[in-house]
Amino acid sequence: MPGNKKQLARGVSLVGAGMSKFGSFPEKSSRDLFVEAFLDMRESIDKDFDSQEIESVIIGNFSSDLFEGQAHTAPIMADAVGLVPKAAVRVEDACASSGVAFRQGILAIASGLYDVVLVGGIEMMTKLPTSRVTDTLAAAGDVLYEIPVGFTFPGFYAAMASAYFDRYGAGPKDLMQVALKNHANGALNDKAQFGVSIPDWMEKRKESAAKKGKPVPTWKDEWEFLYDDRANPMIAWPLRLFDCSPITDGAAAALLVADEIAKDYTDHPLRIIGSGQASDYPLHDRPDLTSIGAAKLAGQEAYQMAGLGPEDIQLAEVHDCFTIAEVLAIEDLGFFEPGAGFNQAEKGVTSREGGIPVNPSGGLKAKGHPVGASGVGQTVEVFKQLRGKAGERQIQGDPRIGLTHNVGATGQTCVVHIYQREE
Amino acid sequence: MSDKTMPFTAYSFQHYLGQGKLKASRCPDCQRLFLPVRSLCPDCGQIDLEWVELSGKAKLAAFTSVYIGPTFMNQEGFSREKPYLTGIVELEEGPRISARLLGLSPEDPTGIKIGTPLVFTVHEIGQADSSTIQLAFSSEE
Repeated sequence: MPGNKKQLARGVSLVGAGMSKFGSFPEKSSRDLFVEAFLDMRESIDKDFDSQEIESVIIGNFSSDLFEGQAHTAPIMADAVGLVPKAAVRVEDACASSGVAFRQGILAIASGLYDVVLVGGIEMMTKLPTSRVTDTLAAAGDVLYEIPVGFTFPGFYAAMASAYFDRYGAGPKDLMQVALKNHANGALNDKAQFGVSIPDWMEKRKESAAKKGKPVPTWKDEWEFLYDDRANPMIAWPLRLFDCSPITDGAAAALLVADEIAKDYTDHPLRIIGSGQASDYPLHDRPDLTSIGAAKLAGQEAYQMAGLGPEDIQLAEVHDCFTIAEVLAIEDLGFFEPGAGFNQAEKGVTSREGGIPVNPSGGLKAKGHPVGASGVGQTVEVFKQLRGKAGERQIQGDPRIGLTHNVGATGQTCVVHIYQREE
Repeated sequence: MSDKTMPFTAYSFQHYLGQGKLKASRCPDCQRLFLPVRSLCPDCGQIDLEWVELSGKAKLAAFTSVYIGPTFMNQEGFSREKPYLTGIVELEEGPRISARLLGLSPEDPTGIKIGTPLVFTVHEIGQADSSTIQLAFSSEE
């Protein structure tokens, strides 16, 4: 895009962000979880805040219609947090729904129409049995050409992994390293659905077997566990259970305001310095099966707006719906050359202590993936990390610049944001 | 209906599959082939496209062996114990498409190589009164 430096018409800042616990909540609905997320967001705002200052509500949600039998969810969420009659909008872009809702909130403020916008994400997935969850998620694929030949979402990413392995010589063990890292991070996150490291998980399985008087598994290390077809069954070769993000209920909320009023809410707002979004073809129509083109373009657009490059990013929350997706993400975002991403978890480069910490929250993998809430969920982690409020999992070195990367379906939608803490 | 009166839709594509034919649409201006079928050439804006029957020769571009499938595949008898193969094939004429993969072992995916030569076939699933035809490719052996 020569000579077309895209900028917002006015600046936008993030002044609050919060989330519900992610997990399985049979006795709750998505509106209950959204209230929890809203209260956590309100709690995060440093100065006096009257929620009636909010002028519009934008909710990311993939399919409350199919998951809960409830359509038209945006006004319901606005009502649940006392914001009727403010304009309420729902955004659906598969698993990128709330990342895109966040961008729409930014654009609504940049346009000058609103000064204060509440952005949220919700998904309540566990009310359906797993087979129907699989069918519901499949609706985000191409139902004319992809789904009828038996593709599933794990299957799409597994196919990308097959092409990646063939091209770069990586293997299943490299992907398991991503799962080990993200579960180690998630173990420090009290909001995570599976906030437990894989070695601790193994020990718990052994203890539970012993308690029930069943044969105690004899895994000698995490590799024996991860290659055990019973403990870690194949879902779609080469992806096993621990390569897949879970089925999750959850909600997240963020408060965006115009830059000029940000200091009314906090002394440490995060300015949105980059925002990018792009679309792509179904997987089979792409020239390259080992990369997500829309993620590259969304990243480039966000970097260009920020006047920064990948080397300036101090931490990133990326869309690891499957372990291979994190590998593709860190290459597409330019942190590593194509084919150089697969062993970065093993080398520790993407760990919390590494050169570019990736998914310090535990990622979708450990934290959980309530699909329509995951994008704003990523924002919550960056908000905490850049303000030094991430507790035990805080990235050291006082990071000021962070990035979120949220992908819809196999990458037909990608949205990237870059945040910078004001001094 | 003759080719001339068949609209450029997924429905028509499926109709041809039922006849055992693999057909794509083509732009007469730029000669670009479209599979999945398009009714509008995104390069030229041309809508007066033509049907072309493809050779059916392809090679494997990406694949997976699915152990946890959708409901309609479970109804075909597939399960954790009986996985099936699906993937993306690259046709001799250039386009890539998603398809079932037959004649290769779903239980031994590590033995399957990207680039394996494949040929077009069709595969019927479902009950007799509500069966559908899946696009499939089979290993040449």
